[in-house]
This record gives sequence, C-alpha cells and structure tokens, in this order.
Amino acid sequence: MNALQKVAASVLLVIFVLMVLATFLLPAPFARQFRDIPNAGPSKAHPLGTDALGRDSLSRLLYGTRVSLLLAPAAALLSTLIAALLGSVAGLLGGWFERIVLAATDLSLALPWLFLLLVVRAMLPLDVPPLVSVLIAFLMMGLLGWQASVRVICAAARGVRDSDFLLLARSTGCAPVRLLWRHVAPNLRPLFYAKFFISIPLFILTEANLSILGLGVMEPMPSWGTLMRGFEDFSALSANPWRLVPLVLLVIVVTCFQLVLPPQEVTQ
Amino acid sequence: MRRVCMVFAFTLVLCWPAFVRAESAGQSGGELHFCLRGEPKTFNPLLVEEDASETIRYLTGGVLIRLNRQTQALEPGLAISWKVSDDGRKISFRLRSGLHFSDGTPFTSEDVAYTIKALMDPQLHSPTGDSFRSSDGQVAIQTPSSDTIVATFPAPVAGLERLFDQVAILSAHSPKKEMAVLGPFYVADYAPGSYVLLRRNVNYWKKDKEGKPLPYLDSIRLDIQRNRDIELLRFRRGEIHLINTLDAEYFDRLQKESPAAAHDAGPGLDSEQLWFNQVPAAPLSENKKTWFHSTEFRKAISMAINRSDLSRIVFSGHAQPAFGPVSPANHFWFNSSLPAQKYDSAEALRLLARAGFRLVGETLRDASGNRVEFTVITNSGNKSREQMVTMIQQDLSQIGIKVNLVTLDFPSLIERITRTYDYEACLLGLVNTDLDPNSQMNVWLSSAENHQWNPKQSKPATAWEAELDRLMQAQSSASTDKKRKLDWDKVQQIVADQQPFIYLVNKDAMSAISPAVVGSSPSVLDPHVFWNAEVLRLGPELALGAQK
Repeated sequence: MNALQKVAASVLLVIFVLMVLATFLLPAPFARQFRDIPNAGPSKAHPLGTDALGRDSLSRLLYGTRVSLLLAPAAALLSTLIAALLGSVAGLLGGWFERIVLAATDLSLALPWLFLLLVVRAMLPLDVPPLVSVLIAFLMMGLLGWQASVRVICAAARGVRDSDFLLLARSTGCAPVRLLWRHVAPNLRPLFYAKFFISIPLFILTEANLSILGLGVMEPMPSWGTLMRGFEDFSALSANPWRLVPLVLLVIVVTCFQLVLPPQEVTQ
Repeated sequence: MRRVCMVFAFTLVLCWPAFVRAESAGQSGGELHFCLRGEPKTFNPLLVEEDASETIRYLTGGVLIRLNRQTQALEPGLAISWKVSDDGRKISFRLRSGLHFSDGTPFTSEDVAYTIKALMDPQLHSPTGDSFRSSDGQVAIQTPSSDTIVATFPAPVAGLERLFDQVAILSAHSPKKEMAVLGPFYVADYAPGSYVLLRRNVNYWKKDKEGKPLPYLDSIRLDIQRNRDIELLRFRRGEIHLINTLDAEYFDRLQKESPAAAHDAGPGLDSEQLWFNQVPAAPLSENKKTWFHSTEFRKAISMAINRSDLSRIVFSGHAQPAFGPVSPANHFWFNSSLPAQKYDSAEALRLLARAGFRLVGETLRDASGNRVEFTVITNSGNKSREQMVTMIQQDLSQIGIKVNLVTLDFPSLIERITRTYDYEACLLGLVNTDLDPNSQMNVWLSSAENHQWNPKQSKPATAWEAELDRLMQAQSSASTDKKRKLDWDKVQQIVADQQPFIYLVNKDAMSAISPAVVGSSPSVLDPHVFWNAEVLRLGPELALGAQK
C-alpha cells in the first residue's frame, strides 16, 4: 500500500467512524428545527450553519452520510452482481443465450423506467415508514441499474471466451460454473470494480431525483441526495458556500474508493 | 449672432429625435414585454380555461362590465349602465354607441346577443358559460334598440353582473370572427412556441383624463416561456418588463438585487390547506376514521399548528396565517368577525383530552390505546408544501402525534383524493380567482366533487354539512349582496368551528415590475400587474435593458 492509498484509506476510515458514531456526535437531532435561525451561517452551536427550516446542517450531513454511504454502495453492489452474472454468462456461452440477454438489455434500456417508478410509488401503501421507503428506493435502483453494465461486461467476456487459458481449462474438463468462477470472473474483476464505483455517485444522485418523485428518502430523514437538492438555488449557494459540503464529501468518498484499490484492480 | 443661431439650430436638429423619443416614450408608444407560462390553447374568449389564454382574453377582450382589480368594484365597460331584476334572472344593459371592433366592424346590441347565445350554447361547452348555468333552459334575449339589450336567464344567477367581467364580446358580423376585438389590444401575430404579439387597437373606446386615446403602449410581446428560472433571468437582464406572479423564493432573490422591481401587494386570494379524509368508505382503519370525524381532533390539530412560523419560514414572511375559506384580500366577502386561530399546543392537548385522547410519555394515544399517527400526502416537487408538512411534523410532535410525509406525482394524488380515497390527510392549495362565493359552490355543497374531505355525498353526512348546503343554496338565490353576505358569513363561521379544511396560509400576491414601466399599480387580484394595461407606458429614460 503506497502513501496515497494510506491517506485514502485513512480518510475513508474517518468518514466511516463519523458515520457509525453519528448518533453520539450530532450537535442536535437532525430533524429538530431551530426556527429562530433558519439559513444561519456557521457558528459554534451549528458548525455548518442551519438549513431553510433551521435544522443543524452538520447533524443532517452526518446522518445523511450514514444513509447514503450504506445504501448507495449496497445498491451498486446489487446492480453490479446482476450485470456481472448476466454479462459473463452471456459472453461465455454466446449464441442464442447471448442474443436473448442483449435483446432483453436493449429492451429494458428502452423502457420508460420513470413511469414504472411512479406506478410503484402509487401502488405502495402510504403508511410505509421512511426507512422502509428508503430501502425500497435503493433496492429498485439496484434491480434496475444493471443494463448499461451488462453490455460492457458481455463484450469483455466474449474477448475472454476464445483465450488459450480458457481452452486449456475446457480441455481438462472444467465445469461451466467453475470456468465462470475461477477463470472468467477474475479476468473481468477490474471491470466489475469500475462499474461498481461508477454506480455509487450515480445512485446517490438518482436517489435525490427519486425523492422529488416521492420515492426516495422522505423528510425529515436526510441523505446526500436530499441535501444536494438545495443546490438548485444557485444564488443562495454562492452566498453560503459551506452548503457545498455534501458535494465535497461525495467527491472525496468516490475519489478515496478509487485510490484505495490496487491500481491493477482498476486499470488492468 | 448669426453663428450663434446656426449652432443653436444645429444642436436642436441633433437633439430633436431624442426629445421626440422621450416625449413619445413617456406618454405613449413602446413595446411591453413579458412572458406567458404556457402555449395559449385558444384565442376564442368563450373557450378560455387556462392562464395563457386568459391573459390574452384580458388584454384583447372588451367586456360590458369590468371588475376594477384595485378597488374590487364593478365599473362600466362597453355598457354605460346595467340593471339586475329583483329576482336575479334578468339583466339589462345600456351600451355605448358609436364603437367599433378592431377591424372596423360597428358594435351593436346584436353582437352582445350573439355572444350570450354562443356562451350559453351547450354544444360549445364554454367554461365561462358554466358560471351562468344555474338551471336547464334557454336564455331569452331581447334587443329593443341598437344600444339596449335584455337577457333573461331561466333561473336566478347570483352575482350575475360580476360574471360579465369574464365575457369578452364577439362580433356577430366580422369576417375575422373572434379575432375582431373590443379590448385595448388585438392579436397581430402568433408564432407557436415562441411569442404572441398584441398591437394597440386604434378603435378602443377608452380615453384618459386628458382625452387622449388609450392604450398608451404600441404593442405587447408575450414570449412563451415555461421555465420560471429563465423568466427571472430574462427579467434581470432587462429582456422583459413584468412577471405577473412570483414565488417567495424568487421574490427574495429579486428583492436583494433590485428592491424597486420586487412588489408584494399583500395577501392574495390563494390559500394552502390541510384536510383529513372523512369518506365513510375510505380504506382506513376504524380508529383513524373516528379521529378524523372528531371535531375536537381537527380543532386540536389546527390549534397546534404554528401558522406564523409557516408564513415566516416557508414563505419568508410573504404569506399571512389563514383562518377561513375567504382571504382578507377579498374585502367584501371576508367575515372579519371570525376570531384568529391561536397557536396553543397546551390548549390543543386539553381539547384532545376531552375527546378521549391521552398523552402517554411523549406519545398521544386514543381511548383504545392506539398511537396517534397519520400520513400527509402532497404533490411532489412542491418545495413549500413539503416544508410546511415538515414543520407541521415538529408542531404536532409537541402534542405526541407522529406525522409522516409522502409526496406523490399529481395524477396519483388526484386518483387517491377523488377516486380511491386511499389517503389519511392531504395538504394542497386552492387557487382562487373569483371573489364571489358562488365560485366555491363546488367546494361547500355536500354533493360537490370538490367537497374534498367527503365528496359526492348523496345526502349530507352531518348536520353542519346540511346547514352548509342550505346556506350556500340560500346565498346563491338571494336577491341582494347584503343578504348573500349574511349567509356566506355563517358558512365561514361553520367552517371555522368544524375545521373540515384546516387553512394554513394565504400567500402574498408578488410580482416583478421593471422601473421602466410607468403607471403600474400591483393588485392582489389576478392579473396582478397588467390589470390596467391600457394606462401602462414605458418611461423615457429607462428603456428595455437599462436596468442591467
């Protein structure tokens, strides 16, 4: 592990510790409204100021980090696993199976998912607790976010399919599952990592958009996505630059994830 | 001396265009620019049902009677005088003579008769005509002379003369049909998706105090612009002169940069309200139905909501706490004797205790021990409504009630509140453009579709709803406004006592007007800034773009 990786790992560790200990570190409950000081600047009592309703921004950031940093990677993992499985098998087997998988991928890429999400929200009971609503949102992102990755992984698996080492493995009677698990997957691992890390910020921002549709994190619960919804008021943002902290944190986390991995895992 | 005269003459020649321009810009001429927030669906004034077409109707249509948006009094338009019969069925007008439509066609009582017939034609489905239909039957129209017309409706129409503010008179004979108008401007050009250009109607009848013909403006260019951010940006750049309605957020942004351009006319007619689902067949648990039917419960909720905080924080002070169905902006119909709803969570708890609720620790429970918790739905994407519910969450947590917020896309929300009734409480706004209580018949009658807490009742579910029905019917058939006001005051009192709608705030009527516009006088009634378009003009020294 080089120095840069150590720094990245340390930063991630600090963020995770803060996330876990958020309950004990919060200057105030994340939902409590200090109505006399809405939109306040940083102060001793509120180091990152308050939001439009007077809620402590640092508390909301710490709690929102917990929501986003646990659920967005989980959704990214789920979608990457689905894409890895479908793409690898399709690429390895080829023929009609590959054609079916790619056709299904194209079809699902063409579907208006926004409307499906709206229908799902309309069908959900209204008394779903906010936490369950969040879980459903991230689960749906995980289940629906695999299509673009499948095509890339399938193309890479197709490249591996005719390689010498795979021919050798086949000639020794290696079973298809083992072939996939021991020979194809390790070769595609950098691609899986890349897809996984690309998906995390994507899902965090998707969650912000879903919140607007009433499907993501609902008030008063915070997340990075809902905190970043405040960026739409650009003039307020330029006057209060500390409100950019959620975005800065997102950039730091994604960058650290990229740095902490061995270079060959990401760019093989 | 000769040289001095030459220099003076030369200077005069050089400066003359500027003098002329200043004179003409200050007194008349110029092109006013502002935005329509959507494509006009029609130029036929009888078929208007959305804002963009309404703007064009207002600026181009000549009406018999005009409601002054500032004084809220009726003023003569194309009619010099009018008289409504005691039974409220008949109205007679005496018309101005010698007037012409924008294309030169003469204006007579025949045109008014033609317009009223078209308005009441069931085949046309005129939304404006719906207000006049108090019962089945034909309207009898007589035109004893070219400047007199008498219209007799099959049943009394409450506030009959006020309804004519919406009726733009069509020409019975003009080949241009509805494009021939009697208003201050006419539609000269329309580029779909881009703009509508209105030019001065040289045949417009009105003159200013000095006898100069109105309107002052040469033309109005209405750019079609749906995006409010871009609209504000264009205003700040000086590309447009007016923004008719501004949200509190945009208003504050503008006020910081250009205080003279931001105008807050005070509380408008629009309100935001919360209500509980009281539909007997709603798929709710029995205990929740019992809560929502309890007057004490609804009153306690109303009492525990801090409306002042909602106004101050969510609307940055550009709203007033609301306590009833009529805004104080509606001078005549507002019941000023209604007491303001005080914010008192301790009193709310006492009220709940009387209704069998009790506070256990920090949780309110009903008589059966169920935790009091409900979900408020509102439309997604509306930041101020989401913020209001979030603040209500904290207010009601003070009395042990847990409130959840769910935002839904608008069609899903409408489906739930009008068809499936699968919701517990809802927060929405009511856009009110009409001062008359008759415009709220579709809300207060128990059989009405917009009787939102329990719509389309075959017979009134409660005694107070039966009383609301009686009073609304009585006011709609009363012969004088004084009698109608008495009934309508009682309706407001019942609503305040029963809280079927928990009114939260009346939003201020906010607008933006460039300092270049002279003669503006923002009103709380719509249209807020161009209601007196005929007397608006552009100032001499502040041409378009000068406030960059």
